[in-house]
Amino acid sequence: MLGLSVTLAHYLVVSALIFGIGTVIALSKRNAVAVLMGVELMLNAVNLTLIAFSRFSSAFGQNGQPLSGHVFVVFVLTVAAAEAAVALAMAVLVYRQRETVDLDRINLLRG
Amino acid sequence: MESPGIIIAFWVLAAVTVGGCLMVLVARNLLHALVFLVLAFLGMAGLFVTLSADFIAVAQILIYAGSIAVLMVFAIMLTPLAARDNANSLYLLPALAAGLGIAGLVSVVAVITPWSELKGDALGQSDPVTTVSAIGDLLLGRYVLPFEVASILLFFALLGAIVLVHERRGPREGS
Amino acid sequence: MSTAPRPATPMARQILEHRSLLQRAYALPGEVFFPLLFVLLGGLAATVGIGFLVVAGYLDGRWYDIRDLGNGTSHFRYWAQQQGLPPSVAYLTTALLGGIGILSLVGGWLVIGSWVERRLIAKFQIRQGPNRNGLFGLLQPIADALKLIQKEVLIPVGADRLLFFLPPILIFLPAMLGWAPIPWAAKMSYVDMNVGVVYAIAISSLGVLAVFLAGWSSNNHYALLGAMRTVAMMVSYEIPISLSLLGVVLFTGSLQLSQIVVWQQTYHIWMVILLPFAAFAFLFASTAEINRTPNDIGEAESEIVAGFHTEYSGMKAGLFLAVELGNAILVGAMMSTVFFGGYSFFGLETWIPGYLILATKIGAVYFVFVWLRGTLPRFRLDQLMSFAWKFLIPLSIIQLLVVSVESLVIAQSDLPGLATVGGSVVVNLVLTYFGVRAWANAIGYAPNEMASPPIMTNGVGGLRAAEQIRAGR
Repeated sequence: MLGLSVTLAHYLVVSALIFGIGTVIALSKRNAVAVLMGVELMLNAVNLTLIAFSRFSSAFGQNGQPLSGHVFVVFVLTVAAAEAAVALAMAVLVYRQRETVDLDRINLLRG
Repeated sequence: MESPGIIIAFWVLAAVTVGGCLMVLVARNLLHALVFLVLAFLGMAGLFVTLSADFIAVAQILIYAGSIAVLMVFAIMLTPLAARDNANSLYLLPALAAGLGIAGLVSVVAVITPWSELKGDALGQSDPVTTVSAIGDLLLGRYVLPFEVASILLFFALLGAIVLVHERRGPREGS
Repeated sequence: MSTAPRPATPMARQILEHRSLLQRAYALPGEVFFPLLFVLLGGLAATVGIGFLVVAGYLDGRWYDIRDLGNGTSHFRYWAQQQGLPPSVAYLTTALLGGIGILSLVGGWLVIGSWVERRLIAKFQIRQGPNRNGLFGLLQPIADALKLIQKEVLIPVGADRLLFFLPPILIFLPAMLGWAPIPWAAKMSYVDMNVGVVYAIAISSLGVLAVFLAGWSSNNHYALLGAMRTVAMMVSYEIPISLSLLGVVLFTGSLQLSQIVVWQQTYHIWMVILLPFAAFAFLFASTAEINRTPNDIGEAESEIVAGFHTEYSGMKAGLFLAVELGNAILVGAMMSTVFFGGYSFFGLETWIPGYLILATKIGAVYFVFVWLRGTLPRFRLDQLMSFAWKFLIPLSIIQLLVVSVESLVIAQSDLPGLATVGGSVVVNLVLTYFGVRAWANAIGYAPNEMASPPIMTNGVGGLRAAEQIRAGR
């Protein structure tokens, strides 16, 4: 009706944008929690890609490979949750030792 | 996906998600960044709904917006003297270059590749009524080994988080 | 009566003079009593007439069959398709109708709910409650709302203005969105999604963030304390809620709320009989999740002013209070759908509209909430946390193991449903009774060895004391 249609490429571009922004956040932020936010966004972008491929795949819903993309996303969610728990625990631990979570100032090995 | 509802929903949700991510990048306050992050997660859940992934969308809300965001809240509140300003480090320019490069490269590849994707009526016909039982069958059938490994990973992450943050105190006085 | 001495305290006097419902009915004057009798008998005759129509099957599936409002909307959709309208028009119209329905239900409850709650609490505490504005004080909530609207909305110095503005709105979203999957009759639910149970859990977990933001942005120690208490408690109590709902899902084999109701209908049993511990865990954990007494440590008035909404004034504070009411009936709806048979009542749903049955059940669960609030003192934070982590979660996991075996037996064996389901009921009841006692003893609950064991309040209040006063003792 709008003369447009949403295709696989639309979702992939959105996912690429989110992944790029996530990369910038993960690389450039000082606070460890903010870096973790970037990593979560990157994982989310990958999830979107997997779901989009699964939906637009020509084998979708057939007996060959039904919904494998969804299963991968379930695993990514699992890993993301585990990673967030451990990473935030480490941030809290580093804070207890050094009273900062600023990644630029956690430089004990600089000599 | 040619019905106007889906098209409008896609563009709105994509704008909300990407805008939320951008605001995470430019927000001046860590808590504001967290709120925009949750907004981005919710927008992403909406995008999953447009892709007929109902279970994944709900799991996204439950795990990301409900749990990981709360974990971040705890991490922020347990580090009271740390900076709350969401500042950028000296790596901002290289990071911007890398992010733009990755996004541009993937976008160009995504647009110019002739995907053998479903279109029009075939796409509508392959719309699944439910994905939950199929995901359950796959998880406990074909992917049962990764499933168990993931559960072990979660268990050790739980233990690891507890062991890391546990404060070693002396024996408690009193009861 | 004349021989007994006049009771000393006003409370005892009130108990003595309190008339029962039957006595009040006898005391009605004739010009009220007979019209009332006429109306009641007329209503009975109309009910019999409608019942005849129902039995004869004149109504089944027609658009005017108001036992299930889903009939009307599905006929409307069919009619719109016949007229050649685009499907989006029909779906948008029905969506709008459903949305208005949910909004008016919750909004109407917000108007009447605070009056109901205050009057009930007053009855429990042998007081009058609000009775000045209008008949029986019915206009009291409107007066409260007017008062709240008039008040100035203050923003504290040093508050984070954006984050201070958002929470009263954000906290409303889960309270409204949670109504979507609730089935009000066989075909009458807003979105009968096939992940309904997970959706309900996910939506309820969103409220945590709004509470935290409210407490953090206020720039107030009490607010932050309340917020952190609430967040810790909500995160802990989400696990028992999920585990108890998981037990139900194992039995029914579906995450769809309407399927859960249908399962209870086909086996003629309520989940609360089959899973008593899960029902208890859900009830207790949901009182924690929605911040109600006895678990309202997030806003404990006697400890931390008003908890996370200390700094909110005017209608913003009113929104927080309203959401509490709305959440209470939302949890009541979930509870009655999952554990109390939803819109079904052992065949009565063919006679009475299912949504009325569900509303009655919601009212019953809400009454239990008010009862708890009028009876129990507030728990401490450490008591609540250890109750969740040491008691509810381990027992729920053990129960889940038992339930997974039982659900396999029910699904796979050739025995009649009565035998397998009945056997599960017996096993679960026995296991719950002994398991709870054994676990409580194992984690150190020893009532006999306490220096001062808890005293039941029979001696100083409640029904038995009222009987004693009536008997003149």
